[in-house]
Amino acid sequence: MNTTKSYIAKSVDKIPPSGIRKFFDLAANMDGVVSLGVGEPDFVTSWSVREAAISSLERGYTSYTANAGLIELRRAIADYMRERFQAEYDPEQEIIVTSGGSEALDIALRTIIDPGDEIAVVEPCFVSYGPLVQLAGGNVVSIGTLAQNDFKLQPEELERAITPKTKALLICSPNNPTGTQLAREDLTAICDIVKKYDLLVIADEIYAELAYDIPHTSFASLEGMKERTILINGFSKGFAMTGWRLGFTCAPKEISKAMLKVHQYTMMCASTPAQYAAIEALQNGMEYVEEMKNDYRRRRNFFVESLNELGLDCHMPGGAFYAFPSIKGTGLSSEQFAEQLLLSEKVAVVPGHVFGKGGEGYIRCSYASSIEQLQEAIKRMKRFLASL
Amino acid sequence: MELNEKELEILAILEKDARTTLENIAKMTQLSVEEVQDVIQKLEKENIIVHYTTLVNWSKVDSYHGVTAMIDVKVTPKRGVGFDAVAERIYRFKEVKSVYLMSGAYDLSVTVEGRSMNEISRFVSEKLSTLDSVVSTTTHFQLKKYKHDGIIYDQNNDDRRIVVSP
Repeated sequence: MNTTKSYIAKSVDKIPPSGIRKFFDLAANMDGVVSLGVGEPDFVTSWSVREAAISSLERGYTSYTANAGLIELRRAIADYMRERFQAEYDPEQEIIVTSGGSEALDIALRTIIDPGDEIAVVEPCFVSYGPLVQLAGGNVVSIGTLAQNDFKLQPEELERAITPKTKALLICSPNNPTGTQLAREDLTAICDIVKKYDLLVIADEIYAELAYDIPHTSFASLEGMKERTILINGFSKGFAMTGWRLGFTCAPKEISKAMLKVHQYTMMCASTPAQYAAIEALQNGMEYVEEMKNDYRRRRNFFVESLNELGLDCHMPGGAFYAFPSIKGTGLSSEQFAEQLLLSEKVAVVPGHVFGKGGEGYIRCSYASSIEQLQEAIKRMKRFLASL
Repeated sequence: MELNEKELEILAILEKDARTTLENIAKMTQLSVEEVQDVIQKLEKENIIVHYTTLVNWSKVDSYHGVTAMIDVKVTPKRGVGFDAVAERIYRFKEVKSVYLMSGAYDLSVTVEGRSMNEISRFVSEKLSTLDSVVSTTTHFQLKKYKHDGIIYDQNNDDRRIVVSP
């Protein structure tokens, strides 16, 4: 049968492939690469958490769980959110355990978007935000942030982006790729606008545990914000559990009920062994989280100062594990910089433009690597800069 | 002695890797090299940093024939000085690598290293058991070291992550 017809839906066809893919293909086939391109911890999940999953399998806990997740896990999440972030949620009706933060984002967006709705997305940001909004039938309104403001969303920029079609603000703090953490007063100013225009906030707080100088403030903990916040969190980053694919949403009853419909028809429930592991992580894993955080803080301090010494201006990121230095002084585009650095010195970084508006002229460097690796990367980058 | 946050931070870094350079510690702690140097000198002077050493996996060295034993020692504490005086008489022997005062069924836990089981047996029967205060000893020979001072000997440190991810 010959056909010239395309079976691909237009909505999928028009989504460009991820800019990260190209660098993955290049770097994956090279030997001796020092990678600063990795968006996940270099720590292995703690043994007690791994052991809890093994033991759940030994006991034969291999069936589906409730759609929203094991009630023991949801209760543990509710306690955790209250104690750690002063956010109060009912484990019976307001928490859904998902397959990673990515699914959490997807069900949140699909639950709230009607065709043509606009979502204000603060950029540079995680590469999935735009495509997920589009796949849900919405339109992205990008709001860029600037290095001179430490990549913090300016309330007046938000206000300027709002139209009658705007439904929600999608924002991540601490941020991937900039590492920017919003302090309580930053959030308050943003929330004033959000309330004024009666918007929702989808708050991606997946890096909440990794805040190095001041404690993380959750959107949901601010006065009058819980009812207009969908919180995205999970175990991947803080608990070093990326491969387990376990996240969760916290949202008011009405919204959670609607999101649960989407979740139950697409995912049924999150992985059962991973859910048992997560209970152990919340009950006995905080010390390990603290240990990892202390290590990341030392690496951040070391790496950001070293970048600045190289002449790559970099603000001090408050959280996550990314540095986002400027490469504007080299005269190269971020894509040229990243590609040449990889080919000539075998250091993998991610060019800033793939993270959206405001990202061009910067590169994302993950410092979730040992000090030795970071030092080697700095040495190679120095040689690369000297060769330009 | 009360230590401040930066001093504790420097201890944590050195305890993980005693070879971390002053320059790197300075960057990691946001201090100057001189400040780091001062803190380390102070900690050394106070005997909080006691010693720098290297953890060696001797089982990989063919010519090495050492034997390690852990000995549970029951003692009669001496009036006035308690266990300390007995412990001191034991830890002064160069064969003795560690001595801890323990709660439970025995009093002192003593680690001894020697060239052979014979040598250790001789040490126990001729030197340790003959001490006045020593009531009894139980000797356990180590067969294999898996983990020591928090370090796993045959750790697989391969980075299994994909090289670039979002």
